[in-house]
Amino acid sequence: MVTQPQNDGFVVFDHVQKSYDGETLVVKDLNLSIGKGEFLTMLGPSGSGKTTCLMMLAGFETATSGDIRLDGRPINSVPPHKRGIGMVFQNYALFPHMTVGENLAFPLEVRGMGKDEREAKVKRALDMVQMYDFINRRPAQLSGGQQQRIALARALVFDPSLVLMDEPLGALDKQLREHMQFEIKHLHESLGITVVYVTHDQSEALTMSDRVAVFNDGKIQQLAPPDELYERPDNAFVAQFIGENNKLEGVIETISGDEAEVRLATGELISATPVNVTKKGEKVLVSIRPERVEFKSEMMPKGAHMIDAEVLEFIYMGDLFRTRLRVAGHDDFVIKSRNTQGQTMLRPGEKIKIGWSPADARALQP
Amino acid sequence: MASPDMTTDTDVLRTVDGTPLKTALAIASRRARIRAFMLVLPLLIFILLTFAVPIGQMLSRSFTDDKFSSNMVELGKWFDDNANAAPDEAAYTALAADLVTASNERTAGSVGTRINYELPGTRSLFTSAARKADKLEAPFKEAIIALDKDWARADLWAAMRSASAAATTNFYQAALDRQIGADGNFEAAPENTQIYVKLFVRTFVISIVITLLCLMLGFPIAHLLAVLPMRYASLLMILVLLPFWTSLLVRTTSWMVILQSQGVINDVLVALRIVGEDGRLAMMYNQTGTIIAMTHILLPFMILPLYSVMKTIPPSYARAARSLGATSWTTFRRIYLPQTVSGIGAGGILCFILAVGYYITPALVGGADGTLISNQIAFHMQKSLNWSLAAALAAMLLAAVLILYWAYDRIIGIDNMKLG
Repeated sequence: MVTQPQNDGFVVFDHVQKSYDGETLVVKDLNLSIGKGEFLTMLGPSGSGKTTCLMMLAGFETATSGDIRLDGRPINSVPPHKRGIGMVFQNYALFPHMTVGENLAFPLEVRGMGKDEREAKVKRALDMVQMYDFINRRPAQLSGGQQQRIALARALVFDPSLVLMDEPLGALDKQLREHMQFEIKHLHESLGITVVYVTHDQSEALTMSDRVAVFNDGKIQQLAPPDELYERPDNAFVAQFIGENNKLEGVIETISGDEAEVRLATGELISATPVNVTKKGEKVLVSIRPERVEFKSEMMPKGAHMIDAEVLEFIYMGDLFRTRLRVAGHDDFVIKSRNTQGQTMLRPGEKIKIGWSPADARALQP
Repeated sequence: MASPDMTTDTDVLRTVDGTPLKTALAIASRRARIRAFMLVLPLLIFILLTFAVPIGQMLSRSFTDDKFSSNMVELGKWFDDNANAAPDEAAYTALAADLVTASNERTAGSVGTRINYELPGTRSLFTSAARKADKLEAPFKEAIIALDKDWARADLWAAMRSASAAATTNFYQAALDRQIGADGNFEAAPENTQIYVKLFVRTFVISIVITLLCLMLGFPIAHLLAVLPMRYASLLMILVLLPFWTSLLVRTTSWMVILQSQGVINDVLVALRIVGEDGRLAMMYNQTGTIIAMTHILLPFMILPLYSVMKTIPPSYARAARSLGATSWTTFRRIYLPQTVSGIGAGGILCFILAVGYYITPALVGGADGTLISNQIAFHMQKSLNWSLAAALAAMLLAAVLILYWAYDRIIGIDNMKLG
């Protein structure tokens, strides 16, 4: 696991475990240190324990064992309203009986802030999300995207140093979601706050985060910056969960340092980078990204093994071509090529040879 | 050839075959509308026959009573001809003639009953006079007064004058504890016979107390119902609905078993030496009994609307408030409670209206000071047979409830009410 140089342990999960029924652990021995000003995303399928972690941090769930520290202070027994953590909820949770202005003033009011100061802060927060004109509206009179901005402004209006976001963009349509991703990212950068963001959308995680913690089965599978996560997944789960992936099963034929040759079940030999495999004869899963597969001989990386493939399907996707191949007995091998001037359009039935740089093929424990 | 263009020759939008669009739409949807109407027709007729018509009859009865006016025709004529005049020989002659008719047609009782409503104790005046009517001879004034000197009473003549018209507001006056004085005008009834205003006030106060108790007891239960996991919630729901499955009478009598002075609660208190044998609490045949039993009976009517509203409040609101720095009390007061107002309103109105008109329970456990206005209405329907007064009391109750409903609409808004 990579340690970040700026990581000063602003938020620390120290051997945290959580069980709801006393029989199974939803979170198994979580250790996580989040730096001040970091944008960390907890990514994982539903039921992986990521939301539970967020709820423990917010104070709505108690850790069954272990310590959670915020700015060096253990917060296990601190009630949620004393933690001073801003939170954006999945369905915004804007109070329906209050106007936008009252919603934003609420956290300031309960802190006993005076009227003038309150109004100034509410205005500043609404200006930040360009929503000041809507101050007298009710949440029900706003569109989903507008409600989202108000929820964001409300979570930030009392200047928390830590903001939690629980799938805040899940209810928006694709275009608005992408727009809001950048907006949240920019707010994070300009305010210098620490953000812990929960999502099950891997592209959202990759777009926004400084680091991503991939959760599965109550454990962090990999904690890494987006590029590393995508290009160098630590295990088969991460490789499959982040982005599209081709998998080929085989046995290690030779292994030397960071290079290995793998014999596929159908007899072909391919080259790969061993990740968490060490021994010759070990069973492995070789994972290759669709966009890293080459099929034109002049573009083929040096020293790459090439194997036969048959084109089964060609899909025109606009910016990309997506071609499904039969490779080594698998019908679901996919390659992606950019729609550039003069790009080859493969036809079903065509027989081609494909290959890749050994660095792009990662041999993982199945 | 004529232009097929539909928009230039006329402003009316037309379909392709030339019928105006609105007509075409009406024809197209007529079948569906007729079918829908036929579906609700039986209910409409049922409501009309069993609800609208009886209420109309009740209201008209509260303004009319012809027991006197239809039987005392001659006297009625004299009252019409001599407005504000003291009864003279002609009046007594008419009275004698009417008494003979009443005697022959055996209506003296109901005539007397009608006057008895206004002046208690006067019914026998009419029945005994009618028995002797045949033997009366002129001058009738002396003859009739000789039968009973009460016949000279000014208030009696004032009562007969006001009863000589079938349409009257007398019953509403009576319902407001007013009576006809000697001068023919209404005045406050004597202190010891003023019961209805007091009873109305008591009915409303007890109903408000019961509604508040229901709210205080029902609110936590409704909240629990809304937040518990499904299997526990449905069990709890069964417990809430259980009272509906037993007869009202059974429930009320079981409260009698529990509350009476030799009942369960008193026995336990005595056994625990909290009260002495002679200090047994009187929890029944008084207001306490009425309030306890009716609170129990009306509780589901508070819980169900509250529950249906609370069910729709996502827990994330409370969490959001907590994360924004509110204590649990502030969260409840500022965030949760305001969102349940529509349920509180619906449950409150429902409980209150049911309590105001409740009859059986106060009749059984109410005793002297725990009975409500509905028990008086029933008394006039069944015992005193003064249906017009019963109708007037009921109409006033109805008016009070309608005013309350209107006030609720003005303050909170009826569309803000969720019944389920």
